[in-house]
Amino acid sequence: MTAGTGKDTARPELAYDVSSIREDFPIFREPVNGRSLVYLDNAATTQKPQSVIDAVTRFYTRECANIHRGVHYLSERATESYENSRSKIRRFINANSLQEVVFVRGTTEAVNLVAQTYGRTHVGAGDEIVISAMEHHSNIVPWQLLCEEKNARIRTVPITRTGEFMLDEYRELLGPKTRLVAVTHISNALGTINPVQEIIRLAHERNIPVLLDAAQAVQHVPIDVQALDCDFLAFSGHKMYGPTGIGVLYGKENLLEEMPPYQGGGDMISYVTFEKTLYNRLPYKFEAGTPNVAGGIGLGAAVDYLESIGLENIRAHEHDLMKYGTMELWTLDELTIIGTAREKASVLSFIIEGIHPHDIGTILDKEGVAIRTGHHCAQPVMDFFHTPATARASLGLYNTREDIQALVHGLRKVKEVFR
Amino acid sequence: MSDLRDLYQEVILDHHKRPRNFRRIENANRQADGYNPLCGDKISVYMRLENGVLADIAFIGTGCAISTASASMMTEHLKGKTEAEARIVFDQFHRLVTNHSGGPEFADIGKLAVFSGVREYPVRVKCATLAWHTMHAALNQKAETVATE
Ligand SMILES: Cc1ncc(COP(=O)(O)O)c(C=O)c1O
Repeated sequence: MTAGTGKDTARPELAYDVSSIREDFPIFREPVNGRSLVYLDNAATTQKPQSVIDAVTRFYTRECANIHRGVHYLSERATESYENSRSKIRRFINANSLQEVVFVRGTTEAVNLVAQTYGRTHVGAGDEIVISAMEHHSNIVPWQLLCEEKNARIRTVPITRTGEFMLDEYRELLGPKTRLVAVTHISNALGTINPVQEIIRLAHERNIPVLLDAAQAVQHVPIDVQALDCDFLAFSGHKMYGPTGIGVLYGKENLLEEMPPYQGGGDMISYVTFEKTLYNRLPYKFEAGTPNVAGGIGLGAAVDYLESIGLENIRAHEHDLMKYGTMELWTLDELTIIGTAREKASVLSFIIEGIHPHDIGTILDKEGVAIRTGHHCAQPVMDFFHTPATARASLGLYNTREDIQALVHGLRKVKEVFR
Repeated sequence: MSDLRDLYQEVILDHHKRPRNFRRIENANRQADGYNPLCGDKISVYMRLENGVLADIAFIGTGCAISTASASMMTEHLKGKTEAEARIVFDQFHRLVTNHSGGPEFADIGKLAVFSGVREYPVRVKCATLAWHTMHAALNQKAETVATE
């Protein structure tokens, strides 16, 4: 990647040229409230580069057909593009085989899939599932549903005041009744990067499988499922510059193999009579019905895009920006950053004494700065920090120091209005 | 900045900083709770209804400037009104913050007119109406929590 021009001497060598990267995203040419967009809500969803938009458009304009069923040319082509995306994703997360890459709707569906298949066959009365106190609702509720049905229970690993995962308490919670550990790799509400390698190692010492919620990880840090040795990994396309409605469940082949199917229908079978159905081989056993073909193809393009920049470069760029953002936010009195873990990525969650996050969000929006306010689908985290909500700026690969300056400028406006 | 001032008018900021009737009513005979799951705003509205008149009305809770000011100004406006009048104002207020037409029908809602700026911010309408929905639920003596979702 080319280095930045370095106009500002205090600035470290940029990992890549952000201004040319921004040109890949047509949304930055659209004015919002009469200004150019400062988009700091990347943890909710990311903007899409032209190459992803083009891949989706190309499918609908030139290749549209159903997959895995037609003998005709278009169907073959569509199938090839879709399956080609699967191999890109396999390479991207370094899965051992294509069988281990299951297309789903997103992280939420991936977690529900594991809860309803692996969970229902392995969890019984009195058993325990270990999660952390910083989970997104989508890594809490599927386990609650399962536990209600099976009379099992959830054990929660506490977090520190800075928002760090408490490893010692976690070790204590693992026991003979633990059937699964399901934790987030990076917290969407706090930005904490969890010590997943250690979390997995400790669980594996007791032969407990681990599911990682990587919804906030795949777009920020390189992931190698074999090096991590995680058993399941879930992520969403739309948070990694890909389309909405597509995501991935990675699962170790031996686990997926013994799991019952999730949904029944076309594509997931190899032979059906009214008496008995033979299920299709992996990964199709878990892909009932016509999938989001365009989404899958778009996700492949998103992987290409991320790889063309390089996850290491993205991590370096975002890390520098987060440090800069943290320093800048500190210059504002009465502002408290929620989530100050030593290892953090992308997220700057904060509150301002006496001003509700919702009011902050509205005023920033007027200034053309998009952030998220609310509980971020992590109400237990909000309860822990005794706040109903926070304001959250979350960074992506195209953000700049100018975006942070616009945020800080907007926050000064907020304080002016509420002075 | 000027357009922001349409939403965050001085009166609203003042009621946000110093909410009026911000207390429980110990001998209340109507009470309801409201919750906006989107932003975590919570409110409890208390009333003492005597012979069909709101002899006292108050609230407690946490919320943004718009929802706190709306609750505060609502209690000021409704105190001493009859139950029937309160229902009419509820209806008018609702139209004030959602309806773009405006007009003379809002003539008698007095200071509450400052909330007309909320119209331009559709996502904030729920903030402005949470207290009112909760008040309405209290009038109807609905036991459960109302949610603006
Ligand atoms: C950590 C985390 N897990 C899970 C999800 C759910 O992702 P999706 O809504 O794409 O299924 C999100 C998205 O908000 C998230 O941030």
